[in-house]
Amino acid sequence: MSATALDKHYPIDHGDYVRAGEASADIKRALRQLGVSMEILRRVSVAAYEAEMNMVIHSLGGEMRLLVEADRVRLVTQDVGPGIADIARAMSEGFSTANEEAQSMGFGAGMGLPNIKRNSDEFDIQSQLGQGTRIEAVFHLNKS
Amino acid sequence: MTIRDLIEKLGARVLIGEDRLDQPVYSACCSDLMSDVLAFVTEKTVLLTGLTNLHVLRTAEILDLKCLIFARGKVPAREILDRAQELGLVVACSPHTMFTSAGMLYELGLRGATMPAAADQQTAS
Repeated sequence: MSATALDKHYPIDHGDYVRAGEASADIKRALRQLGVSMEILRRVSVAAYEAEMNMVIHSLGGEMRLLVEADRVRLVTQDVGPGIADIARAMSEGFSTANEEAQSMGFGAGMGLPNIKRNSDEFDIQSQLGQGTRIEAVFHLNKS
Repeated sequence: MTIRDLIEKLGARVLIGEDRLDQPVYSACCSDLMSDVLAFVTEKTVLLTGLTNLHVLRTAEILDLKCLIFARGKVPAREILDRAQELGLVVACSPHTMFTSAGMLYELGLRGATMPAAADQQTAS
């Protein structure tokens, strides 16, 4: 198994639009300090920001975790919340159940989950109705 | 082309970053949907938008954008401008609508930032 160079936990609160994005900005700074390439930095940051906004908008709160290992970066979110009834539909661009408040912030356009998947090298989503959702996005560090 | 050229063309008012106007500009994008910006923009581009909330700043931070231009003379709150200063951005407000502002920048020779997914769809159809 690869040694973990960094393991950070970020609590994310439901409806906190003011702080939403701070965890992602911190993730970006942490990865930059580790010397991660600009391209991977951008992909991880975008995925983290979308995941963070998803939790703020849809869940009752949860945690985002950043793990940096020898050859990969893992972004794992686990929330408590309504869960996703139809994952395939939620993964399609343009589908959203976000409220007006989220839309007024420039989110809720139905691009969040597809955006996380598009930016990651491996993507997994598990959701239980009435319980919550877990997302894991993996980014390979040694791609040529 | 530099940020200064854009500002002059639009007759825009610079709110933050007066000393950073000589940076080169290669492309621009225009949207109120931050998710779309996050999905499609891969360059350090200029963002023209009508949204003036904190998430425009966060999006700029995540994507390393260097210039924000707000349409219709909108001026964001002080806290947003302070954050933009910390991030080293140029922030300006254009007196024109978003459509007209975008048209003027296009006329100046500026083109849209790459949209990989849209390009893929065009190729596929």
